[in-house]
Amino acid sequence: MFSKHMSNDDSILKVEGLYKSYRMGATKVSVLKGLVFAVKRGEFVAVVGVSGSGKSTLLHILGALDSPDKGVVEFEGRDLNRMAAGELNRFRNKTVGFVFQFYHLLDELSVMENVFLPAMAGCGVVGWFMCRRKVKRRAEELLEKLGLSDRAEHKPFQLSGGERQRVAIARALMNEPKVLLADEPTGNLDTATGNGILRVFEGLNTAGQTIVMVTHDEAIAHRAGRIVTLVNGKIEN
Amino acid sequence: MYKILLSFRYLLKRRISYLAFLAVALCVFIVLVVMTVMTGLVTDFRQKNHSFAGDCVVGTESLVGFAYYEDFVKVLEQSGFIEAVSPVIKSYALIARQGAQQSKGVEIMGIEPLSHSKVTGFAETLYHHREDASRAFEPAFDVNRPGCVLGIDLWLRRDSSGGYSYEAVPSATPLSVSCFPLTAKGASAKGGAGEVSSKTFYYSDNSHSGLARVDSSLVYLPFEWSQRLCGMAGADKRANAIHIKFRPNVKIEDGCEKVALMWQSFKREKAGEKLSNLLETVTVQSWKDYRRSFIAAMEKEQAMIIVMFALVGVTTVFIIFVVFYMIVSHKSKDIGILKSIGVSNVNIIELFSGFAFLLGLLGAAIGTFFGWLFLLKINRVENWLFEHFKFQLWDRTIYAIDDIPNQIEFKVLVVIIISAIVACLAGALLPSRRAARMRPVETLQVSQL
Repeated sequence: MFSKHMSNDDSILKVEGLYKSYRMGATKVSVLKGLVFAVKRGEFVAVVGVSGSGKSTLLHILGALDSPDKGVVEFEGRDLNRMAAGELNRFRNKTVGFVFQFYHLLDELSVMENVFLPAMAGCGVVGWFMCRRKVKRRAEELLEKLGLSDRAEHKPFQLSGGERQRVAIARALMNEPKVLLADEPTGNLDTATGNGILRVFEGLNTAGQTIVMVTHDEAIAHRAGRIVTLVNGKIEN
Repeated sequence: MYKILLSFRYLLKRRISYLAFLAVALCVFIVLVVMTVMTGLVTDFRQKNHSFAGDCVVGTESLVGFAYYEDFVKVLEQSGFIEAVSPVIKSYALIARQGAQQSKGVEIMGIEPLSHSKVTGFAETLYHHREDASRAFEPAFDVNRPGCVLGIDLWLRRDSSGGYSYEAVPSATPLSVSCFPLTAKGASAKGGAGEVSSKTFYYSDNSHSGLARVDSSLVYLPFEWSQRLCGMAGADKRANAIHIKFRPNVKIEDGCEKVALMWQSFKREKAGEKLSNLLETVTVQSWKDYRRSFIAAMEKEQAMIIVMFALVGVTTVFIIFVVFYMIVSHKSKDIGILKSIGVSNVNIIELFSGFAFLLGLLGAAIGTFFGWLFLLKINRVENWLFEHFKFQLWDRTIYAIDDIPNQIEFKVLVVIIISAIVACLAGALLPSRRAARMRPVETLQVSQL
């Protein structure tokens, strides 16, 4: 649990006074109401809360996929709100990796191409020809680590749910992000497959990967190193 | 690199892309075929008119003609930029086979066949004397008789395949040619009952210029005889025009400008002469201006077709717009994923623009291939249709064309391909911008529903 009295020196992500609301027709719905939150380097944090508590919204703001109405979001001391569009794109490409509930793989690309897509997006045509061998080696290593070496040329529709989620994890790890953000990574999987994914996360965290995982399932949350509960737009514990 | 990869994958894996590039291919095919045929017809028509007139014409519309033409011919022949000149008599006459009840109104052109062949394509239009135009007015049965060359449609009937049945040797057919000779003042040269000058000529050859109006109404006569018939011989000889051919390296416009200056200078020299007033009606025209009334109609049709194809282009843009709007809506998840891994809005636009470019290129390539194939076979197809169904695109008994033109002009092809690509880019522009403005959070959340 993050405490105000603890040292903030090793915090990789810090959020203070975060507000976010959405407009649903004439109604304004406040999702985050002055949230304060921090993640230390190397932590595995699970954010739990009921449906509509703002968990995914928090995750999207941490990963610069969305912007808050008010508040400060700092990554390694740099305020994301002050970054230019190009810097935010580079942040999303190099610094964070996203894993979504529904995998979100590109159907027209093979498993291997989906995995090295972030690396391809980060370099131009000339840059790609210079680094493609290195990138493909990295992708092969990730697929091997996640037990998908023999699926490299398959298309996503040929994979099971668990396999697709592992491809999504490999893609998220492609550019060696400092933080892995996972939004309900086991939400669309059966228990056994979900456990398999969680074992992958535990393994990555043991190796030093910082992970922030959103889930509504307390049992899954307990697999993380720390649990924070989101209630009424604020961190309760 | 991912933009190229994804563009190719979207192009080849999405069925809706097939519809889009087939639409582009169809438009390119139609435009290519019609423009090739139309351009071919216009080019062919222009070439025939150019061949008929030479490069430049110094002439008058007046049937009286102008004097001192021989002096000006000498001036022209001495200039270094002119290859050949041909003075010409132009008038109207009645022609009748001897003994026939009816006569026919024709235009007559009095020429010296050899010099006229050096200026125009006269020799190539002949049938019996193509190899030696100097003998064009020598009837086969008696070379000493005065001959005449008739426009082919005055002498022969065009069959349904567009051909003529030529005689091996021109028949000995006398033809009476009657003109109204005019004095230099424009009055009838003959008074009373004998106002008409008539002379019997003998058919010596026919001329097939490919110009319907010329082939159906023009009779070539020997220069001196036509001069006499029109009352232009005598002490002050007159002619109606001088046709000029420039040397090969001389541009038509430059050559005509020089000839115009020479004519002005010549006019000033002759200012005090007896018949200098006749020089006032003379103009110097390039072949295009000289034949403007005939060429303009076809050029207007060509311009009209280009306007219509611009509308076809607008339709193509709209089809591409609709297809891309659907693709972007369908690909909102992909757009969300790409943005989540750091792809910028500009790159999203570039991705879909690249896709549109490939779509245009592929559609243009397919349309070009099938257009080329169709044009290659178009005359065989028409012949087959005529043999089996008596159908012809252009009735050859009416229209003076041979085969349907099917040579694709490189410039026209390049313009069509570029237009197809630009149309695709234009159609994809708004959907691409819509894609770029999509918020990844929304697209990814919606796709989870």
